Amino acid sequence: MDIETSFKKYIKLFEETSSKLKNEDSEFVYKTRIKAFEKFKETGLPDHNHENYKYAGIAEILSEDYEFSLESRQALVDLNHFFECEVKDLDTHVILLSNGEYYQNNKPIEGINENIIICSLKEAKIKHKDLFEKYYNKTVSESNDGFVALNAMFANDGLFIYVPDNTKVNKTIQLVNLTHGFGNKNIFKRNLVVVGKNAELSLIICDHTLNNSKNFTIDITESYVEENGFLQYHTLQNEPNKSSVINNLFIQLERYARINSFVLSLHGGLIRNNLYAKLSGENSEANLYGVNLTDRKQRIDNFTIIDHIAPNCTSNELYKGILDEEAKGSFAGRIIVRPGAQKTNAYQTNKNICLTPEAKMRTKPQLEIYADDVKCSHGATVGQLDEDALFYLRQRGIDYKEARLLLMFAFVNDILLKMEIEPLRNRVASLINARLRGEFSDCSHCLLNCHTRE
Amino acid sequence: MLSIKDLHAEINGREILKGINLEIKKGEVHAIMGPNGSGKSTLASVLAGKEDYEITKGEVLYMGKNLLDLSVEERAKEGIFLSFQYPVEIPGVSMINFMKTAVNEHRKYQGLPPMSSAEFLKYMREMKDIVELKSDLANRSVNQGFSGGEKKRNEIFQMAMLKPKLAILDETDSGLDIDALRIVANGVNKLKTNENSIIVITHYQRLLDYIVPDFVHILYDGKIVKSGTKELALELEQKGYNWIKE
Repeated sequence: MDIETSFKKYIKLFEETSSKLKNEDSEFVYKTRIKAFEKFKETGLPDHNHENYKYAGIAEILSEDYEFSLESRQALVDLNHFFECEVKDLDTHVILLSNGEYYQNNKPIEGINENIIICSLKEAKIKHKDLFEKYYNKTVSESNDGFVALNAMFANDGLFIYVPDNTKVNKTIQLVNLTHGFGNKNIFKRNLVVVGKNAELSLIICDHTLNNSKNFTIDITESYVEENGFLQYHTLQNEPNKSSVINNLFIQLERYARINSFVLSLHGGLIRNNLYAKLSGENSEANLYGVNLTDRKQRIDNFTIIDHIAPNCTSNELYKGILDEEAKGSFAGRIIVRPGAQKTNAYQTNKNICLTPEAKMRTKPQLEIYADDVKCSHGATVGQLDEDALFYLRQRGIDYKEARLLLMFAFVNDILLKMEIEPLRNRVASLINARLRGEFSDCSHCLLNCHTRE
Repeated sequence: MLSIKDLHAEINGREILKGINLEIKKGEVHAIMGPNGSGKSTLASVLAGKEDYEITKGEVLYMGKNLLDLSVEERAKEGIFLSFQYPVEIPGVSMINFMKTAVNEHRKYQGLPPMSSAEFLKYMREMKDIVELKSDLANRSVNQGFSGGEKKRNEIFQMAMLKPKLAILDETDSGLDIDALRIVANGVNKLKTNENSIIVITHYQRLLDYIVPDFVHILYDGKIVKSGTKELALELEQKGYNWIKE
């Protein structure tokens, strides 16, 4: 299917399903869908002529036919048995999503402050109507991305977290997206995360595929951090070669709010990560990190927009990638400093290592500065491993292969060292090590050996 | 232990070593001196196995083996250690992880089991004392943010950890003040036994006051033009390199 045909297919699909959606939705949600639909008709689906999606391989994704269903596709087996996180010493509250839906038999979350709300998005729409409607789709609606609109049209479920003012979530929340069952699925997931004033939350989102189908997922996580709140956000992408993912993270920061975001793309077929950070309150701080490891014919594409609206804010962006074999990657980082955003500090770095002449990486910083008293910097490199360092390690008796691994690991390790949760850091380090050794780094609980080389 | 015969080496088509002959026996200390550009560091790199150099002629026997057939890491595990003139900074690799990997690779080669973490840490502490290395350096990235003196001490610390049979010290004295020089030289002397040999490459006689050589060779324009005992170094110091060039 070409892009135009896909576009028409989605239009038709929405027209067909909208009456069903209207019956199930609240007025607010349905209106949101209609607005998104109008926008989608305007923007269309981006093809390779679209500046923001030039290298993302969208045509490749859309060449497949996917099935989309509004029907509940809950698992027939107990998913809690399928998934038990292996991360040693990582004590988290685990929540499962099953093909994009909040899993019906999630274990109850115990020992948590009772004012904290953790539930399905579906439930939040009804039970926590005011909160939900205060935040839902607020930043997302500002986007002009066709895929974002598509998600807003169709997404029905996902995770809702609300951490009230002055509250700290005692344990990390770990959301595990399980994809399973037959057929090539088109999955729309939606998470809404609100961190109140002086509140703190640490969240891990893991993708875990239990089948060998070609799935196409469009995710949105929308997050709001209120005054002096702190969100630690980690996303771990460890998906099979056939998967395609467009992952969108929206962040809005109020006064003195902070986010540390880690987007860790360890494996996947085609991954596109969009990140939109709005620093709308004075003195807010966004630390945005990314690690990506790719090989074979995988593609990884990171697209970020950091929007400095308020003065005295800081953003640090550091993305690193290692590309092997015929992998292709791109990074585009736009920083916008609005006219009022004086005393902005915005730093951006993107560093990449291409291990073969066939691996390709494109990197593009883009600064738009409309204020005159700011500190901004950007830097991008694409290179190879340091030959002198390699010789030094080998001279101490470390063989060539091991020395290369040490250097590759070191290259991404400075990002891992910024992760505050030590067991998670150690686990990610071992996943990365396994990955660099050419082992697919999934949890051994995965029943399907779908990641072996074909 | 080491026998170099008519060794010629070039880089990018330019000949640097033009026929080196050198015999080193077990337990000996040899100093190689010479002006800038005479080929001292090239000789050290060639012995360590740096692939940028092409050997065009000659042979090197080390403990009865053809050294030039061995890879960089095989040479290292056979006991050749190069103390770098410019130790490389490797951000993100901790000294402890680096040394643990290196020590265990050596042990594996010798058919020994890897050291346990506790054993390793104890061993590392003992070896650090030899060069009076500050303890926090172990947790830092390899050579990153080390001062010139710390980098050189770190080289000798690694030598202590790996216990080479043949250590090549490439201008270990450069960039050291007199106190650091004494510490580094004392470290080397503590590691010296009748079983191992050392090649000291230096510009100056000063280091040889501390590490006393059995033989001194003067390298000039890719060849050893004069060999003698430690008195040769003193003579060179007085007369300067022009004496050789004439």
